[in-house]
Order: sequence, then C-alpha cells, then structure tokens
Amino acid sequence: MNPGKILLVEDNADDVALTMRALKSHNITNDVVVAQDGAQALDYLFGAKGNARAGELPAVVLLDLNLPKVNGLEVLRRIRADEATRLLPVVILTSSDEERDVIEGYSLGANSYVRKPVDFVEFTEAARELGLYLLLMNRGAPVPRNP
Amino acid sequence: MSLRDWPIKQKLTAILLLVSSLVLLLTATAFVTYEVLAIRRTTLKNLSTLGRVIAANSTASLAFANEADAREILSGLRAEPHVVAAGLYDKSGRLFSRYPANLPGDVLPVTPERDGYRFEGGYVIGLEPVAETGNPRLGTLYLKSDMQAVSRTLRLSAAIGAGVMAISLLTAYFLAALLQGRISQPILALAETAAAVSTRQDYSVRAPKLGEDELGTLTDAFNQMLGRIEDQNRELRRYATELEQRVADRTHELQERNESLRRNAAELLAANSELDAFAYSVSHDLRAPLRSIDGFSQVLLEDYGTRLDESGRDSLQRVRAASQRMATLIDDLLKLARVTRSEMRTEVVDLSKIAGDIVAELQRSTPERQVEFAIAQGLEARGDPRLLRVVLDNLLRNSWKYTAKQPRPRVEFAAAQENGERIFLVRDNGAGFDMQYADKLFGVFQRLHSDADFEGTGVGLATVRRIVNRHGGRIWAESAVDRGATFYFTL
Repeated sequence: MNPGKILLVEDNADDVALTMRALKSHNITNDVVVAQDGAQALDYLFGAKGNARAGELPAVVLLDLNLPKVNGLEVLRRIRADEATRLLPVVILTSSDEERDVIEGYSLGANSYVRKPVDFVEFTEAARELGLYLLLMNRGAPVPRNP
Repeated sequence: MSLRDWPIKQKLTAILLLVSSLVLLLTATAFVTYEVLAIRRTTLKNLSTLGRVIAANSTASLAFANEADAREILSGLRAEPHVVAAGLYDKSGRLFSRYPANLPGDVLPVTPERDGYRFEGGYVIGLEPVAETGNPRLGTLYLKSDMQAVSRTLRLSAAIGAGVMAISLLTAYFLAALLQGRISQPILALAETAAAVSTRQDYSVRAPKLGEDELGTLTDAFNQMLGRIEDQNRELRRYATELEQRVADRTHELQERNESLRRNAAELLAANSELDAFAYSVSHDLRAPLRSIDGFSQVLLEDYGTRLDESGRDSLQRVRAASQRMATLIDDLLKLARVTRSEMRTEVVDLSKIAGDIVAELQRSTPERQVEFAIAQGLEARGDPRLLRVVLDNLLRNSWKYTAKQPRPRVEFAAAQENGERIFLVRDNGAGFDMQYADKLFGVFQRLHSDADFEGTGVGLATVRRIVNRHGGRIWAESAVDRGATFYFTL
C-alpha cells in the first residue's frame, strides 16, 4: 500500500517542525510536503498550468487557515471546485476556534477541523487521531483517475 | 336703517334739531296763542267801547223815538268796516233802527238777548244797554263784528312764528352741525382707531385726545389699554422669538447630537470590527508563539530531559505551565469578547435542563468527586440559550470548584419570587468570599482566591455579568468566608 504524501500547508516554521514531530511520534512516516502559503499549495496541487496532477495527489492535506497570499479557506474552495481534487481529504489544522471559521471550513467541505492546542502533549494527542484518520482515509477514499 | 344704526353725527344733529324744533314749536304755539288771546280781548274791548259810545249817543233818539236820528247815529259805524251789522231796540225789545239800512230782517235777532260782548258763530256779538246815567233803561244796542282782525293777526303771527322757526331751525342745524363735532369727533376718532386695531392688528396706533372731558378720559383709557396690549404683544412676540430660538437651538443641538451619535455608532462599528479583527488575530498570532514555547519546551524535555537536572526540568515545566496558562487567559478573554459582540436571539430557555447537562458534564470530568446537586426542575427564562448556558456553566463550575475542599459539598440551583420578580440563584457551601470584596467579584481578572488555592483567570464572572446585563438583568452575590456563596441573577 502506497502510504501517500501529506501536504502540510503551514507558514509558521515552528508549527511545521512541531507538526512533523507529532506525526513522527505516532509513527506516521508518510512523506510530508510543506507549502508555506496558499499560493504554493495551489501550485503544488494544480501545477503552474492549473491542471490537477491527479496521479500525484497527496493522501491528505493539512491546511492552516491564516496563510499569506491565498488564505486556507480559499485553498479549500479551489480544491473542492476542481473535479480532480473534489474528494481529496482536507483536515483544517489551525489556531483559530472562531465559530465562523469552523462553520465555513465545514461548509466548504473540510473533512475535519482540528484546533492546534498550545499544550504540545495535547497536540501530539490530536496528531495521533490524525494518524488514525489518515489510515481510514487511505483505505477508503477512492482516488479519481482522469483519462 | 333704524335710528340706532345712524352714524353718530347724524344722530347728534337729529337730536339737536328735534329738541330745537320742539322748543321752537312750543314757543311759537305760546306766542300765537298769546297773540290770538290778546287780539280777541282787544276786539271785545274795541267793540264794547264803540258800543258804549253809540249807546250814549243813542239815548236821545230812543227817548224821543227819533228814527232818523237813530239811523244817522248808526250810519256813523261806516267808519268801522269790521262791524257788519247793528241794531237799536227800544225798551220793549222792538227793533227800532238797523245798520246798514238794507240789512235783511233775519240777520238781527228779533229781540235782544242778555247784555254783554261775546264770540258767537265766527263773529263778535255785543249787546249794550242804552240809558241816561241814573235813569231807567231806554233800549238795547246790538253790534255784530266780523273776526277779520283776529284771523289776520292769527295768520300774521303764524307766519312770523313759522319764519322764526325756519330761521331758528336752520341756525340750529348749522350750529348742531358745527357743535356736534365736539362730541362726535373724539368718538369717531376712537371708532377709527378701534377699526384700525381690529382690521390691521396694529396696536401701535393711538386715538387723538381732543379734550379733558369724559371722552378724553375714555380716549386715555383706550390708549392705555392699547399700550398694555402692545406691551403684552411685544412680550409675547419676544417669548415666541425666544421659544423659536430655543427650539431652533434644541433642534440644532439634537441634530448635532444625532450626528455625533451616528459618528459614534460608526466609530463603534469600526471599533467593533477592529475588536473582531483583534480577537481573531489574538487567537491566531498570540497562540502560535505560545505553541512554539510549549512545544519546544516539551521537545527539550523529551529529547534532552535526561541531560538536565531536576531544577532544569522544573524550569521547563514552569515555562510550559506559564504558556498554557497564558493560552487559557487568551481563550477566556476571547470568550468574553464574543459574549459582548455576539448577536442575541431570544427564546424560551429551559434553564433546569441546561443546569442538569452541565452538572452531568462536571461529574463526568471528575467522577471521583462526590457533590450533592439540587437542581430545581422546570425553571424557564426568555433569553439567548447559548449565552445563558455560559452563565450557568460559569456559576455551577465555580460552585464545583470552590466546594472542592468541603467534606460534604452541596450545590443548588433554584428560583425565588421577590417583589413580582423572579430571581434565580446558584448556592454552594464552599469556600465563599469576604463580602468586603464583593464589588471586585465581577471585574475582569479580579480574583478573590489565590491560584494556589483555586485555579482561575478571573474572567468567568465578568463574562456572566455581561451576559446578564445584556439580558436586562442584574447579578449580585452573598457570601461569607468558608460559609458558601450564593449568586443571584434576574433576566
């Protein structure tokens, strides 16, 4: 089974390091591709020409909301708008627990919404759940193939 | 037009003329009457003088029955054209002689009647006895005179009277016309002034004063009245102007205040959205470094913990505890901000059910604690369900927290009726607080217990009070140290 890549969209280097560590501590060894802002994430997913690279899609996108250039919710909207990435699992991983962000995140089709706790032990715990979720995703979610 | 509607000038003239003519008429009547009476008396006297003269002259002719002599004497009456007939009777009453000689027989009476002179049938009749002085009566003289003298005099005096009257009346008319002005002029002036006042509403006009009589007094009084009205009018106008000015000022003030309110509202809106942005930014930006502090402290502990001594590890633990506490503070502040900002929706809320849910949650979170809860059933209120949940959550959680050191903890949620108002209460038998500090209870970051005794940020009750206030209610507390606390609130 191809473990698939994880696309981590996160502008804060500390958070990137901590997230990687939390994932590693739960033996989630998938390759992690980091996009430092929304534009990079979109570039990675859709390429410069804007075509989704269906074969190379990540297994899951961990998406921060408060991002430079293109914010997380916009990235999510673009992912859901494209036929190729419509079903791509997206987990919002953010500091904000603003209700409107949660509601908008889910209404735009986020699969899950995880608020990053300050307590790193709790964060690691959240990452464990993420790992379980990822396993389920890998087993269940079909990857659409374009002709 | 009836008399009372006549102009006063005509009225006065008419009255003067009427009085003058009445007086003149009476005077003329008296004059004519006097003249007539005088001429009648004169006529009688003249006739009787004539009668006595002729009677005296006739004695001889009667005594001697000399008819020619008698005729001669009577014919002397020709000099008196008024005497139309005369007759001489002898002592037996037989007509002895007549004048004029051709007088028809029926003009003279057959026998003489009683003596004397009198008016009879438009003539003056006179019967004079004929006798020598001291001798027996010889006969009677009969004289008949017409009244032409009387009627002439009457006509003349009537003409004079009428003339005098006409001249007098004419004079009276001119005099009246001249003199009535003395009375009517001030009245007319008054009337004109009054008309000017009533038609033009001009109270500045004054009636001219033309004398010191009663009309002068009336004019003075009228002018004084006008003056007072003018003063009062001026006063009224001044008040009206003042009032207008005040209304204008007030309107202006209100407009300014409205404008300022609008500005304030706009500013408030701006401030609100700024606060919104601030809260959002706080939740993101402040938490991120905290996460790094806590996270990398943990990394240090995990990866290098063995190389640190106890004190080093303790320091890192303290760093972690502090950053987590700061995270809690930020979260509580954000919650408080949300309570203040969030839209209210009002519905009937089952407070008892919410309290039950919270209690169940508390018991689930710390199953080892044994707290006796008494939740009154069926307590409902109108309000925002989410916000009211925050109220009950804070109060019950506080009770839960502050009864931690109590051997037989008890928490109660109930309602009481006082002065027609429903008061909800959350009571516990926990640590309580000193009433001296009760006013600090609901302030942000105000705490009455040390963190070592009871954890907390001091935001909860501030949040509760904001919510209660937003519902138009009040909140207060009663307590004593170690005797528990009771929080009351209305909605």
